[in-house]
Amino acid sequence: MNHDSYPDNYIRGILNNVKTIAMVGASPVNVRPSYFAFKYLAQRGYDLIPVNPGHVGKELLGKPFVASLLDIDRPVDMVDIFRNSSHIMPVIDEALTMTPLPKVIWMQLGARDDAAAAKAEAAGLKVVMNRCPKIEYGRLSSEISWMGVNSRTLSSKRAPPPTQGMRLSLNRTSMGGGDTAASDRAAKNRTEPG
Amino acid sequence: MSDRLPGFSTLAVHAGAQPDPTTGARATPIYQTTSFVFNDADHAASLFGLQSFGNIYTRLGNPTNAVLEERVAALEGGTAALTVASGHAAQVVALHQLLMPGDEFIAARKLYGGSINQFTHSFKSFGWNVVWADPDDISSFENAVSPKTKAIFIESIANPGGTITDIEAISNVARKAGVPLIVDNTLATPYLIRPIDHGADIVVHSLTKFLGGHGNSIGGVIVDAGTFDWSKDKKYPMLCEPRPEYHGIKLHETFGNFAFAIACRVLGLRDLGPALSPFNAFLILTGIETLPLRMQKHCDNAKAVAEFLASHAGVASVSYAGLPGDKYNNLARKYAPKGAGAVFTFSLKGGYDAGVSLVSNLKLFSHLANVGDTRSLVIHPASTTHSQLDDAAKIKAGAGPDVVRLSIGIEDKEDLIADLEQALGE
Ligand SMILES: Cc1ncc(COP(=O)(O)O)c(C=O)c1O
Repeated sequence: MNHDSYPDNYIRGILNNVKTIAMVGASPVNVRPSYFAFKYLAQRGYDLIPVNPGHVGKELLGKPFVASLLDIDRPVDMVDIFRNSSHIMPVIDEALTMTPLPKVIWMQLGARDDAAAAKAEAAGLKVVMNRCPKIEYGRLSSEISWMGVNSRTLSSKRAPPPTQGMRLSLNRTSMGGGDTAASDRAAKNRTEPG
Repeated sequence: MSDRLPGFSTLAVHAGAQPDPTTGARATPIYQTTSFVFNDADHAASLFGLQSFGNIYTRLGNPTNAVLEERVAALEGGTAALTVASGHAAQVVALHQLLMPGDEFIAARKLYGGSINQFTHSFKSFGWNVVWADPDDISSFENAVSPKTKAIFIESIANPGGTITDIEAISNVARKAGVPLIVDNTLATPYLIRPIDHGADIVVHSLTKFLGGHGNSIGGVIVDAGTFDWSKDKKYPMLCEPRPEYHGIKLHETFGNFAFAIACRVLGLRDLGPALSPFNAFLILTGIETLPLRMQKHCDNAKAVAEFLASHAGVASVSYAGLPGDKYNNLARKYAPKGAGAVFTFSLKGGYDAGVSLVSNLKLFSHLANVGDTRSLVIHPASTTHSQLDDAAKIKAGAGPDVVRLSIGIEDKEDLIADLEQALGE
């Protein structure tokens, strides 16, 4: 997988097929990006499990925190990692000892570890790096268009007004890849040394 | 399966718009309402806390305006956009996210006269200091960079002279200085030039002109290219520091490559207040549907009129970048191959008096202070749009006393030429 730019169909396939998401690094602080994503994905009908050893015994929006991926009592489709790039590898190592294995590893906006991604892909997992699942869901459903964001999708179909807990259709016509050409270029410039 | 990229004309008609969820209305409805009901207390709190996507109050966002925002973002190739009440409001709101009192920004000396005023006088009272540079001399931009520089501002096609700016060269200066390049793309529209493809980080427009295109609505827009790393040098606290207005949210960390557009909305528009009326958004959206058709006709007519004027005995000079031999013709070929726009100036051998008599003799051209209408327009910038500048600054801005500015409409070009011919006399 080219991790600089994901085809919409790759992201769409993941978001359409996963049901249970373990969020590593989920924060109970309601201004943290992980809290935003946790709440949004729960509202859109996903089964979320907050993973954070610092908050065991507490709940996040009604869901009890667990200390590690290995403490989860049910199969997990996707591990969504809200940690810095330097803390990704141990999470991948742990995820790869889960039974059954998760199907997808997702790393938050700003997080990227190509070696960890390669290890997960070698074990047959799909990997997404440096993206926010909330933003991608909002974009492919065009719900994010309320904020003036370029969803880079089109549809001539009438969609029902979204309600609490409702999964939205992500199957709109794509206008290109996951990012604009310009922002792809910028992301590449940024990761180039010097 | 790979994703197809629709063409510009398809985006001009479709981007951002879909049938209305409740009624099925196919044209974008005018959501003429101040406010939107919440589902429940939690929904309200999530919206106010920026945790959910949705509508609160039309000063912060409106569904009709959102369609226009996505439409322009798609046409420009940006990640997101924000509509505001005017082109001038777009400039204030955009710079408000970047400059603190005592900061500087570099601006091209060739700009719309109103922008020169705004930067020189109004912004001074915010403590934002403009440093002027000459778009024909890239080293003047390099020399203007200081540790206080926070942005560079240029027009792609400059008003009034229709001159073409070397966007790539100036974007290199901006990149080296570690500041975003803001391009006012009003006179080009994304049909002729997409500044983001040439290195712009932010694009602003007066929607009042060619994008709306029918001379009926004032509006403005800010487009985020998604290209600038706001957290790198910690120079932009509105974007990279925890915001006390939102209990400590860091906008860049939370919103990634459209954080600038969000900052413009939730810090700029929310607090400064210049919201676009949904009715204007509707008219501008309708205008954009025909942008590719109109813009090509504007350019083709402008070239024909410029050629006519260049061959007229009473005309001293024509400044239109679409003419071979024009100083800016090479830049026009590079940046605007479909046409060099429809706003340009010319000067008359008879000087100021000949200009005044021309304007009063014209029967089809309207004498007014606007550009980018379906109708052809004429004005004498030195006594109107650029009147607040001193004589030297007028000449530098391309608005000397003998200069007449035209904005060529989409009428039949033969009629425009005939009108100019009779008004110029023998
Ligand atoms: C190039 C340019 N930028 C900005 C503006 C300001 O736009 P508005 O009048 O919509 O505030 C104008 C208006 O003439 C313009 O020509």
